Amino acid sequence: MKYVDEYRDAEIAHKLVDEIHRITTRPWALMEVCGGQTHTLVKQGIDEALPRGVRMIHGPGCPVCVTPLEQIDKALAIAARPDVIFTSYGDMLRVPGSTTDLLALKARGADVRIVYSPLDAVRIAAANPDRQVVFFAIGFETTAPANAMAVRQAARLGLENFSVLVSHVLVPPAMTAILESPTCQVQAFLAAGHVCAVMGWTEYEPIAEKYHVPIVVTGFEPLDLLEGILMAIRQLEEGRAVVENQYARAVKREGNLEAQETVFRVFDVGERTWRGIGTIPASGYHLRPEFEKFDAEKRFEVGDIHTKEHPACIAGQILQGTKTPLDCTAYGVLCNPQKPLGAPMVSAEGVCSAYHAAGRGLAAPTAFPLYELSRPLGEVPR
Amino acid sequence: MCLGIPGKVVEIRDDGALRMARVDFGGVRKEACLAYLPEVVIGDYVIVHVGFAISQLDEEEALKTLDLLRMIDEEGMAMELGAMGEEAAPAGAGPSSAPGAPA
Ligand code: SF4
Repeated sequence: MKYVDEYRDAEIAHKLVDEIHRITTRPWALMEVCGGQTHTLVKQGIDEALPRGVRMIHGPGCPVCVTPLEQIDKALAIAARPDVIFTSYGDMLRVPGSTTDLLALKARGADVRIVYSPLDAVRIAAANPDRQVVFFAIGFETTAPANAMAVRQAARLGLENFSVLVSHVLVPPAMTAILESPTCQVQAFLAAGHVCAVMGWTEYEPIAEKYHVPIVVTGFEPLDLLEGILMAIRQLEEGRAVVENQYARAVKREGNLEAQETVFRVFDVGERTWRGIGTIPASGYHLRPEFEKFDAEKRFEVGDIHTKEHPACIAGQILQGTKTPLDCTAYGVLCNPQKPLGAPMVSAEGVCSAYHAAGRGLAAPTAFPLYELSRPLGEVPR
Repeated sequence: MCLGIPGKVVEIRDDGALRMARVDFGGVRKEACLAYLPEVVIGDYVIVHVGFAISQLDEEEALKTLDLLRMIDEEGMAMELGAMGEEAAPAGAGPSSAPGAPA
């Protein structure tokens, strides 16, 4: 496939690994922000092919994993109502709430439907004027343009029965929160390529400067990640700390201005709670007052929600990069993709499921570092 | 939902207020809204997230990146050879061939 196969070339990958080994003189800790990048790194064994002492810390960039338990419980409360058709991206269905998940509710008769695009939810609302259709609008900057357009489209069509349960988070404030933490070990970031495709990278420039941390906007294919790592280590070795763009074929400095325009017409920036991390100021989107009537939290009285995480789950520390799934006593034993205890085991972008899929720390390992590179990954975008 | 691979735009149509496309991902075809990429034409490659094309692939930049990646090895090698001095250079590698080598 064009723009895919070329970036999975095993021979070039080996050369890149050699080059990384050649220029590295000291131990370094790099964080890849995005869960999609974590998935590729772990699946291809790229993190294990790096020089001794160079460590990839997996960042909080899995939208499913950071959606707070409270929002999941609210979604469950709304989805359980008989007058509601609850629509969501597929990977939210198995995320455990305090007592159940959306899939279990569906099995018990709730009308929960998976949609590929939020526009599908708008279509369902238009086709079912006697039902309330709620869309679970979660994600980072990558899904915000789609979710914003769905709200605008519903307003344009004058739909009275459509609303969104918003749980939108933003990458730069999370990076800042990680850097501000007294236990921060991250010395350089691979920024999430598709987040930057929407937002550009100007927001990252003050972060690189203030914290003296190299930030490399990086793509998702194995060669992208290896080149991103190489560029970041080169900066570290030379004592530089600027924003560089590895993913030039898809990302421009200013991002996608049309998308930003719609996002800011519909959403305001405000405080958000991150599952496992806590509340971060100005770290997410909320509906602007003029779109308030599409706010599911205002439309449905969900009552007092008391959340309860599974006691064994250490997702919070994993999302902050201080622990890995191998530190979790439940990993692979009580918790697996068939029966996840925490969100990072549900989504393909979650660290725990990435480790599990690669057989890390399990009895029979299934991944062979870098030798699998020439094989197509076979992923189809959702 | 942040994973996204490039697909080729194979069909474009107007759906009310929104410009929509069919995008081919190596045989799998999906709908995508083009509202955020008004310039895109049939044959272009785009990255699609949750049903919206958010970025158009830049052919020139893609080739530049690949050229750079293919060069990495030669660059690294040249530096290594430089550090090792003249003797290490393989015969015929340039003006620094070993003395007495056949011209
Ligand atoms: S392995 Fe399961 S229980 Fe352990 S941290 Fe990951 S999601 Fe939580």
